[in-house]
Amino acid sequence: MSDAAILSAPARRRGASGEAITAWALGLPAVLAYLVLLLLPTLAAILLAFTDYELGAPAFAWIGLGNFTELLGDRGFAQALRNTIFYVAVVTPGSILGALAIALLIEAGTRGRTLFRAVFFLPVVSLTVAMASAWQYLLHPSIGPLNAVLRQVGIAGPAWLSSSDTVMWSLAAIGIWENLGFNLVLFLAGLTAIPRELYAAAEVDGAPSAWERFRLVTWPMLGPTTLFVLTITMIRSVRVFDTVKVLTQGGPNKASEVLLHAMYLEGFTYFRLGYSAAITLVFLAIVLALMWLQTRVLDKRVHYG
Amino acid sequence: MVERENSLLRDMPRLLVLSLLGLLLLMPYIWMVAASLKPADEIFRASLSLIPERLAIAENYGRVFELVPVGRYLLNGVIVCGGILAFQLIFAIPAGYALAKLNFRGRELAFGAVMLGLLVPPHVPALPLYAGFSQLGLLDTYTALIAPSTISVFAIFLFRQFFKSLPDDLIHAARLDGMSEMAIVWRVVLPNAWPAATAFAIFSVVAHWNDLFWPLIVVNTPEHATPALGVLFFRTTEGDDDFGALMAAAVVMTAPLVIAFLLAQRRFVEGIATTGLKG
Repeated sequence: MSDAAILSAPARRRGASGEAITAWALGLPAVLAYLVLLLLPTLAAILLAFTDYELGAPAFAWIGLGNFTELLGDRGFAQALRNTIFYVAVVTPGSILGALAIALLIEAGTRGRTLFRAVFFLPVVSLTVAMASAWQYLLHPSIGPLNAVLRQVGIAGPAWLSSSDTVMWSLAAIGIWENLGFNLVLFLAGLTAIPRELYAAAEVDGAPSAWERFRLVTWPMLGPTTLFVLTITMIRSVRVFDTVKVLTQGGPNKASEVLLHAMYLEGFTYFRLGYSAAITLVFLAIVLALMWLQTRVLDKRVHYG
Repeated sequence: MVERENSLLRDMPRLLVLSLLGLLLLMPYIWMVAASLKPADEIFRASLSLIPERLAIAENYGRVFELVPVGRYLLNGVIVCGGILAFQLIFAIPAGYALAKLNFRGRELAFGAVMLGLLVPPHVPALPLYAGFSQLGLLDTYTALIAPSTISVFAIFLFRQFFKSLPDDLIHAARLDGMSEMAIVWRVVLPNAWPAATAFAIFSVVAHWNDLFWPLIVVNTPEHATPALGVLFFRTTEGDDDFGALMAAAVVMTAPLVIAFLLAQRRFVEGIATTGLKG
């Protein structure tokens, strides 16, 4: 960085080129790291998806769309895609409606705000792998407290995580639990930003009930926040991996296989890097589509005012 | 919302509902701690009593500390998270400053590259990075754990936005005093960037302390395992039956970040709410 220091001497009469050299010198470490650790590997991943490369193989061949046609016929992949969509479709509304309800309850009074916010936020900072283990115990078919409670009222609880009927629902419930606090904090920020005079005005205009005030003031004013939370939660939950890896490994019989776990298995267990890269590209396409949706939503947000 | 002097009595239903929901959300923690204190026979009886009849702290926690290098895992977590954060800041702060306050050809291009990087989840470059580290014989090292996360386009973006709002006069004054641009970055700009830096630090540490995906890929021995991977190793060595010890391990590995959160709650929530927008 000494060259940056040398540049400072003529700084007062520096021309545009001097400033450019300074700027690139300051940015050089970031530029190098960006190229080597982000841009090139990403481009390599895209190229890899069109090869049959396997780790340790002496050579590889370009196979065009071969990996993608194989994906189309791969029932395990189809299952992973369906399960991921199911997971997003349950976790998104569940964690958003739950967070909104709790945010409204917390904001409706002044007592206990900090305490409740901390309680609901706790899962966000907790080690997912460890908490997944706690959930495994909670949901254990024979010794788990949940089924023990169900037995008390005469219901034989299912094997939550090892039956193909319930495993995705169980994972989605854990997903809601994980995401709730994050969304709650975003909603609380959105609620505090609503001008209080609007509520007073609504009351004067004859909207005395809490529901009417919610419908006329809170919900429309919270619209941009809600749309934003919606896309963020979708992008976050497409990435589901930790709980699947720890609790089910995609089982039983692929019943809880998800995109990133399928990509992990192909790439890092079977070392079929080309095929795994094709799954990665499908994952990337979904994330990009959601981000595109998000920019559309944010554009709208600007028009709202 | 509506500011009303609520009496405690009128506020009761609201507090009650929130408490019940909070309790429901805390169930995994409550049962995790309870099971970590119980001997195996009590756990297998599946009684609904939270209080152990016989405390088995020494058994369960003792087994954790005896079987797994807990200190090692926690230390690895600190080294990896600390290393990542240090490099992220060293790379991102000067770059963010250059993008915000300096005029140069290619600035639009550089900023476009940052925006492009924001679109790519870290799972996408993982395969080629893994192949590269494997070629270089760097698997199962701190380098492999830390290096891929050292460049955070999100940090560059965040600091650029933050530095843009700093008054130009501040920087002009420093230049007139004969300070080098590097000195301006670290001695004038950074002290004003603490709110952004703290928020980003919390976001980064929480994300990497909890990350399982990348450590799982590049590390396969306890020597370099992070806490998340440590819990996974403990599960495979101990099997799924020893819930008392497993819950004790979960408590030990979860505790550091949760305690930090409880001590600096407001900063955590703000840090993650402002930066976590990245998703």
